[in-house]
Amino acid sequence: MRPVTTVAASVDTKQTYVADFASSERELGGPEWLRAVRKKAIGHFEALGFPTQKHEQWKFTNLATLLRIPFKPAILGRPGGVVAENLDPFTFGVLKTSQLVFVNGRYAPRLSYLRSLPEGVRVAPLAEMLRAEPETLEKHLTRYAQFEDDPFVALNTAFFQDGAYVEVPKGTVVGEPIHLLFVSTSRDLPIVAHPRNLILMGAGSQATVIESYAGWAPDVTFTNAVTEVAPGPGAVLDHYKIQREAETAFHIATMTVHQDRDSSFSAHSISLGGGLVRNYVHTLFRAPGGSLTLNGLYMTAGNQQADNYTRIDHVAPACTSVELYRGILGGRSRGVFNGNIYVRKDAQKTVARQTNKNLLLSKEAFVDSTPGLEILADDVKCNHSSTIGQLDENAVFYLRSRGIDEEAARNILTYAFAADVVNQVKVAPVRIKLDQLIVSRLPRGAGLGETL
Amino acid sequence: MLEIKDLHVKVAGKEILKGIDLSINAGEVHAVMGPNGSGKTTLAQVLAGRVTYEVTGGRARFEGKDLLAMKPEDRAREGVFMAFQYPVEIPGVSNAYFLKAALNAIRKYHGREEIDAMDFVSLVQDKAKLLGLDETFMKRGLNEGFSGGEKKKNEVFQMAVLEPKLCVLDETDSGLDIDALRVVANGINAMRSPTRAMLVVTHYQRLLDYVIPDFVHVLVDGKIVKSGDADLARNLEKHGYGWILEETPRPPQAARA
Repeated sequence: MRPVTTVAASVDTKQTYVADFASSERELGGPEWLRAVRKKAIGHFEALGFPTQKHEQWKFTNLATLLRIPFKPAILGRPGGVVAENLDPFTFGVLKTSQLVFVNGRYAPRLSYLRSLPEGVRVAPLAEMLRAEPETLEKHLTRYAQFEDDPFVALNTAFFQDGAYVEVPKGTVVGEPIHLLFVSTSRDLPIVAHPRNLILMGAGSQATVIESYAGWAPDVTFTNAVTEVAPGPGAVLDHYKIQREAETAFHIATMTVHQDRDSSFSAHSISLGGGLVRNYVHTLFRAPGGSLTLNGLYMTAGNQQADNYTRIDHVAPACTSVELYRGILGGRSRGVFNGNIYVRKDAQKTVARQTNKNLLLSKEAFVDSTPGLEILADDVKCNHSSTIGQLDENAVFYLRSRGIDEEAARNILTYAFAADVVNQVKVAPVRIKLDQLIVSRLPRGAGLGETL
Repeated sequence: MLEIKDLHVKVAGKEILKGIDLSINAGEVHAVMGPNGSGKTTLAQVLAGRVTYEVTGGRARFEGKDLLAMKPEDRAREGVFMAFQYPVEIPGVSNAYFLKAALNAIRKYHGREEIDAMDFVSLVQDKAKLLGLDETFMKRGLNEGFSGGEKKKNEVFQMAVLEPKLCVLDETDSGLDIDALRVVANGINAMRSPTRAMLVVTHYQRLLDYVIPDFVHVLVDGKIVKSGDADLARNLEKHGYGWILEETPRPPQAARA
């Protein structure tokens, strides 16, 4: 039996976080406006408290273990020693990238490097930007991710120290992907970090941003990340989030995207690591003509849990969203897909497609899939579908009947299930890396040989 | 090459094959014909090793080895190939990857090295030409979105690449238009050889107009009731299965659960 989140435990833990805020508030610092926002945020957090399984959105997510562990804010703990070689497994071979590394939410200059970027493009630690240009950030930072009704966004807003700031000016194309690598580590005490990212895309600009989350067992860590994204008119942004923390890691991440006119945004969320991972992606079309691709793959084993909550807000008319999430669950792992699409009254000519498919590799694995569509406009094309199943035994037999052994046949079919999502990764070295990672997570997957 | 003796098979608790005897030598093409539900597909599937088919009696030897004791993959590696009546669509696995994996699994079983990438390409090109398959086909998902005709061509194409000793063709003509039928039949005929045997399972005679069998067996209610040469197939086409049913005293029906 898993422990149940009790209200009492949740209240005690809440008070600890509130007290930690009081004792680190001075050190967290930031410009005046931000201090005010932090105060407001911790107030909302205190009022909201941690969600229990009685909350509809948290029905399948048990936070008891997370709340029992006395996580210390990274600002109060000692940073672990991370050296460049530790990061090799989390990079992408031949891929040329600018790379910002954050250890427990703090920028690590010695592990980071910037390649030459087009004029006006800024890739910098948020803390530095807050010192240098607080008024630039005031217009955007904390303006997209709402903390009023989300305790984890509220916590992040209260506590964040650092993260990545990416700004691509009007009409500028950044050819090489920008890699943001977040490492969580803890030496003695369990550590909680609250990285905060802001990505601003000027009109007609283009870029690719990769967020990786990494860590190692037996470090017990909690990452509570928030990323705010604002693609301007006609901007094109490809975003990848790759979760590769250890199974001793807790990870809650929120991404809020406000798309301007004719912008094109694609997000690919690949969850392979972490003990308890919850991704919440909230996108909003604030002007017509936008297009959105929301892809996700969660591949869990053992006792892992991976939740994906998505919310797509079609506020403006004539926008298109295509969402595809696939889950592969083995062992006693659990997964949740909960996708909500809202088509508002004025969002005529909306096209929205949502698909969630799940493959259960063991009898003990569990997944809850809840697709959702709420349509208030009348001239729209929308559909959604959800499936949960096992490997097709006819397909297994077909492969075996050609000489392929049973284990390899099952591996090939499991890999193929993930391929729909992975094949949409446009950056070849990232795609190849993901292929390798997926294959390595198959039972005896190394025997699969070359890329399929 | 293949020696089937008194083979009894149940599917979902119901006896479908009720004592099959059949010997096939290298170089021979045997056709098994019969009305719907006579057990033709069961015979093909049980030779390929589908687990949902329960062998309740008899035996089948392939080159002296106990075929029924082998796993499906080992049967394939020993040289048994079944062309499926309904080939499975597997998106995400390309035809090229699949075929190379199969070919190498078979080679490895025989202690041979993996095929060289260039050799594989030229092998595949030759065989694809034989079946009129274009180059893009190898990159597509396995049978993904293929028409009925393309799927059947792909089965015969795989057979041509894997070069089995025994080819079992399960209703390979079903769903083919006349042009596709000719192409498929040409592919099959190109594989006839003194060292290879074929078992062609079919409801209709039309495939046998192109792939002329050496022997024809009529399967009725789980038993071979008549055997002959290619003329027997032509007679069946002309007169249907009725006359055979009349000619053959039917065994009393076993009580069904």
